[in-house]
Amino acid sequence: MSAFLKRCAVLLFAFAVLLLGSQLGQAASYEEALDKFAADSYAETEEAIAAIAASGHPMAAQVLDALQNTRLLYDPASRKVFIKGSSVSLLDAATGQPLAGAPADAQPVRVNNRLRRVIDAALGGLTLLSSDPVKRLGAALAVFKSRESNALPALNAALAKETDPKIKRALTDARAAVVLNFAEASESDKLSAVVVIRARGDQDAVGLLAGLPSDTPAAVSRAAQDAVTAIQSQLAMWTTVQNAWYGLSLGSVLLLAAIGLAITFGVMGVINMAHGEMVMLGAYVTFVVQEIFRAKFPALEDYSLVFAVPLAFVFAGLVGILIEQGIIRFLYGRPLETLLATWGLSLILQQSVRTAFGPTNKEVSNPTWMSGAFELGQITITYNRLWIICFTLAVFVALLGLLRWTRLGLEMRAVTQNRAMAASMGIRTGRVDALTFGLGSGIAGIAGVALSQIDNVSPNLGQGYIIDSFMVVVFGGVGNLWGTLVGAFTLGIANKFLEPFAGAVLGKIAILVLIILFIQKRPRGLFALKGRAIES
Amino acid sequence: MFNSTLAVAERPLSRRWLLTAATGLALGLAAAFPAKAQDTIKVGILHSLSGTMAISETTLKDVMLMLIEEQNKKGGLLGKKLEAVVVDPASNWPLFAEKARELISKDKVAAVFGCWTSVSRKSVLPVFKELNSILFYPVQYEGEESEKNVFYTGAAPNQQAIPAVDYLMKEEKVVRWVLEGTDYVYPRTTNKILEAYLKAKGVKPEDISINYTPFGHADWQTRVAAIKKFGSEGKKTAVVSTINGDANVPFYKELGNQGLKAKDIPVVAFSVGEEELAGIDTKPLVGHLAAWNYFQSIDTPINKAFIAKWQAFTKNPKRVTNDPMEAHVIGFAMWVKAVEAVKTTDATKVIDALPGITAPNLTGGTSTMLPNHHITKPVFIGEVRADGQFDVVWKSPGLVPGDAWSKELPGSKDLIGDWKTLKCGNYNTVTKKCGGA
Repeated sequence: MSAFLKRCAVLLFAFAVLLLGSQLGQAASYEEALDKFAADSYAETEEAIAAIAASGHPMAAQVLDALQNTRLLYDPASRKVFIKGSSVSLLDAATGQPLAGAPADAQPVRVNNRLRRVIDAALGGLTLLSSDPVKRLGAALAVFKSRESNALPALNAALAKETDPKIKRALTDARAAVVLNFAEASESDKLSAVVVIRARGDQDAVGLLAGLPSDTPAAVSRAAQDAVTAIQSQLAMWTTVQNAWYGLSLGSVLLLAAIGLAITFGVMGVINMAHGEMVMLGAYVTFVVQEIFRAKFPALEDYSLVFAVPLAFVFAGLVGILIEQGIIRFLYGRPLETLLATWGLSLILQQSVRTAFGPTNKEVSNPTWMSGAFELGQITITYNRLWIICFTLAVFVALLGLLRWTRLGLEMRAVTQNRAMAASMGIRTGRVDALTFGLGSGIAGIAGVALSQIDNVSPNLGQGYIIDSFMVVVFGGVGNLWGTLVGAFTLGIANKFLEPFAGAVLGKIAILVLIILFIQKRPRGLFALKGRAIES
Repeated sequence: MFNSTLAVAERPLSRRWLLTAATGLALGLAAAFPAKAQDTIKVGILHSLSGTMAISETTLKDVMLMLIEEQNKKGGLLGKKLEAVVVDPASNWPLFAEKARELISKDKVAAVFGCWTSVSRKSVLPVFKELNSILFYPVQYEGEESEKNVFYTGAAPNQQAIPAVDYLMKEEKVVRWVLEGTDYVYPRTTNKILEAYLKAKGVKPEDISINYTPFGHADWQTRVAAIKKFGSEGKKTAVVSTINGDANVPFYKELGNQGLKAKDIPVVAFSVGEEELAGIDTKPLVGHLAAWNYFQSIDTPINKAFIAKWQAFTKNPKRVTNDPMEAHVIGFAMWVKAVEAVKTTDATKVIDALPGITAPNLTGGTSTMLPNHHITKPVFIGEVRADGQFDVVWKSPGLVPGDAWSKELPGSKDLIGDWKTLKCGNYNTVTKKCGGA
């Protein structure tokens, strides 16, 4: 009896030791791995990532996530590792206990591109079964990219449990990607994986199917090849759609830059070489407004653009009125002198901005609602371009409305159609001229707000747009806003369809030649204003 | 005073008059320092302060002013004070030649520090040859040149482009390449060298895509989409960018917006440094690469001291430093040493003394002026950090001597420049003759 008890006790003890030992071992390997982060060497960090992912420690995913976002700190002196929370809080990576503050010389563990990919793959395997759907989706996408065969069991488990259709799709795709790159998977499994990937029909699918490992069975390779051909012919159609979209987007930028010129040059007939500098001033107003918001109201920084639009309009408009009253007023009817004077003025404006703000680019950040992209079918649509198209059309409609329905618009049209007659009807033509020029400049300022989102904010910003703007206005037909609209979109789309074949440089030359030929045939542009007014 | 102005004004407006007036005005602006006759040594600074290149070159002018001020505090050179003569060639290539002539023959400067673009350097070359003066050129360039009167303190292709491509091949296992550049001489020559190098390494022609865009290209949608497509054909792809300054911001913005991450398709740039990144929101760009011979983030005592001095001089605690600035620091130190060695500023003697002169670089090593008028430099590959600085991920084992003539191009692989013993910039080692291929 006692012998039996004794044996039992020994067994129990052995079991306890084993259990404790394994747990200790797990904890020890985890801590050893953490220690490697403190070595500040990419090779050791890579080993640490693998060890942490394999340790199964509850903190593992948290540590890797922190490492990915450079929130994992280490202290070179004590070789301790910390996790910095998204706010100020700090955790001891070894124990998970919150800490008051990090040592003074704690610094982030450095990662490079190769490590980022390794972390992605490791995290993907770890978070496939996470309770957070966003993390699960991220994990599925990471596994799709890494194609690690050791994620297969976790993938199968996750697939069985998943209820969200979107994540389920991502998981199925990820599993197919893994199976296709897993030498031990059966041929039938691989064939069905090809079907899954083929259904994706995107660029990634082509990449996956075109880059299968060399030991893939012949039947699978053939199926993959067919799938690639099928997807590519489909993608070719999408490319056309994409080019059209890019054309619209480029057209909207051209329109935005040219629409102010359509007023000053098109309606008033002033060759304003300083038009680009009005655009540049608008962009600098955006920068200043952003800096004020950053300093005073950081919470509202995302919406600083909304405030920048009216301010840029008013500022550029006032500068425009000043220019008209100070210079252009004296030069009406003398196009060559206007051209030279405004050219000189543009240089003066550029250099004053350079003196005031410095010659280097200023950083205007994209607000979060203008960053990133979404997929529509097989094309990528970036939010900033989408917003700029909407914004341009809104500006265009507002301007049309202003010319059509307001008193100022009526007077403007009257003055441009027949100055002498308008004056004799009691319109103060001098004042209308100033306001019209101010309006054109103000709209150029608004264009600057939009362009600050996609281009450099530097003193040279306007120079890049002045030639294009003149091209659009001349091509569309002087004095006609609709002509400017059609002209801008035609040029934009033509440019974007030419670019893939001819390259950007040749494409631009081709467009210029085409416009010259077109102007030979129709000297007054697409939509020529009829009547006797402009001619004389 | 008034009379003379009136007399001038009464003359008919001729072109020559305009020219004299313009140069006079520029001179008046340039001579901000009171000229004390004969007891100063003049140093010419030929960097654009207006026009498209002002964005990059203005900083270099400031660095030179700081270095000269510092040298004067140490007691000047040969017992005389140094005096900076600043001119503004206004990003206008022919004007570079005019201003260079003015600096050398009118102001009698002992040496000129200047130029950024290769075309501006080519434009001033004949002037420096004719008037036998010295030019220190601080920017990485396409190579294929070694001139008696020019000292190239920036990187030659083998000190920047080739090591960067090697890094991508070894570390990132890249097999497919997009060479994306602005359409002018530096990207075209660099890409020619890189193409030859890649093909020699066994890269197939269909795995190389070369594209050029015009200066200031702002609409990158098509190109970024094309890169994405080129990169998703199952082979690891990288972009080698020789895109020039102004076009970079829209390029990187489009990369960020279309979600092209560095982990998938890394972009390694040769003309993007701290200064250029200061104009971009760098968070979406983390991990993209740049190859240079200097980074601000390099942690050496001499670099820390330099950054502190620079920020104090510009009165801006956030002002960044970059690679061409370091090149001027090295070039200026070498010139000072050479002048001290021969005890004169006579151009011929200083040119003969310069090869072999050493000067500490800011990354902890010592650079040497080579007989081909290029210098030895360490090569660093850095990854963009979220704060717009770079993390060094690779460093050349030692200093790399600059090759004036690329070993990759059939037309130049036998050429060397040697101004010490051979007195020739393009000596052909096969035919044993001076004068090129």
